[in-house]
Amino acid sequence: MLNGICPECAAPVPLREDVVLHEFLTCPECGVALEVISLSPLTLDRAPQVEEDWGE
Amino acid sequence: MRIALFCSLVRTEEKWLLEAFRRRGVDVEVVHDRSTILEVGVPGSWNRFDAVLMRSLSHWQALHAAQLLEDIGLPVINPAAVIHTCADKLLTTAALARAGVPTPRVRIAFSPEGALQAIEEWGYPVVLKPVLGSWGRLLARVNDREAAEALLEHKETLGGFAHGVYYIQEYISKPGRDIRAFVVGGETIAAIYRSSEHWITNTARGGRASNCPIIPELAEICARAAAAVGGGALAIDLLEDPQRGLLVNEINHSMEFRNSVEPTGVDIPGAIADFVIRVVRDGWTAAHSHPLPQEVGRWNGSA
Repeated sequence: MLNGICPECAAPVPLREDVVLHEFLTCPECGVALEVISLSPLTLDRAPQVEEDWGE
Repeated sequence: MRIALFCSLVRTEEKWLLEAFRRRGVDVEVVHDRSTILEVGVPGSWNRFDAVLMRSLSHWQALHAAQLLEDIGLPVINPAAVIHTCADKLLTTAALARAGVPTPRVRIAFSPEGALQAIEEWGYPVVLKPVLGSWGRLLARVNDREAAEALLEHKETLGGFAHGVYYIQEYISKPGRDIRAFVVGGETIAAIYRSSEHWITNTARGGRASNCPIIPELAEICARAAAAVGGGALAIDLLEDPQRGLLVNEINHSMEFRNSVEPTGVDIPGAIADFVIRVVRDGWTAAHSHPLPQEVGRWNGSA
């Protein structure tokens, strides 16, 4: 199991082996939305904020 | 075959789509919208792809990227013309009306005064929606004149330019649920009921998903609605009116399905991947099981 670090609360964030760049996830500790911004080294950042034109 | 998955974030849907392509022996590459630079009319390294699956979260960016990618000869699923129509609730309603597809009545006004007059003439309640927006955001059920006046003032004062088009929809007294149908290449492959005690039933707003049987009436109206906006891989939202039956409410061009695979038992990402492969292999029109109308063309109006 891989682990990233939440930039909001510094908690370890477990990641699957098949993690990909720009993957979206949620910190299990503080609930903040996160994005994988680098695979090597494995780095997480806060996901971009929802914009008015975002959706499905 | 090599497919570009053009997206803002790799969510559950995009991961499942990546897996679906790979299971079919198709090379697929994530292309990140915020990291992308496109030169108008220049294919550049894009010539390594056979098609683009457009999954950008931003309607505006998806529309413009799709147009440029089509212009360099790549099939884009869904095309810019489909995104253009589906991203705008008014354009969707207009396309459905032109095609004779049952849809709730809608009035449009271009000022708060005009909107208030339009609402008062109909009576309450009505639904006020932004023409641009998704996930059930900024929808308002307007129950009386005081609420209407306050909402319209807020839209005029706080809203951007898009809020200057006031989209007023009749309120449909639905049975605590609506229907989300997944239509791929003209075929309704799955449908869910979205149930909620709240009048907004989007799963993004807490609506619960359960399987909805695909009866012939549902498949028929969905095929007509999909054709009305140009076809493709679409999620169609329908309301059950006690008198008029099924009404098409909205159509989504970049469907989310993470809550729908389990209750329906349908491999929705697999169906989308199969459709993309058919588009590459057979062309856009032949990839559809239902005929598409002639008048649906390019977003920019060219042939």
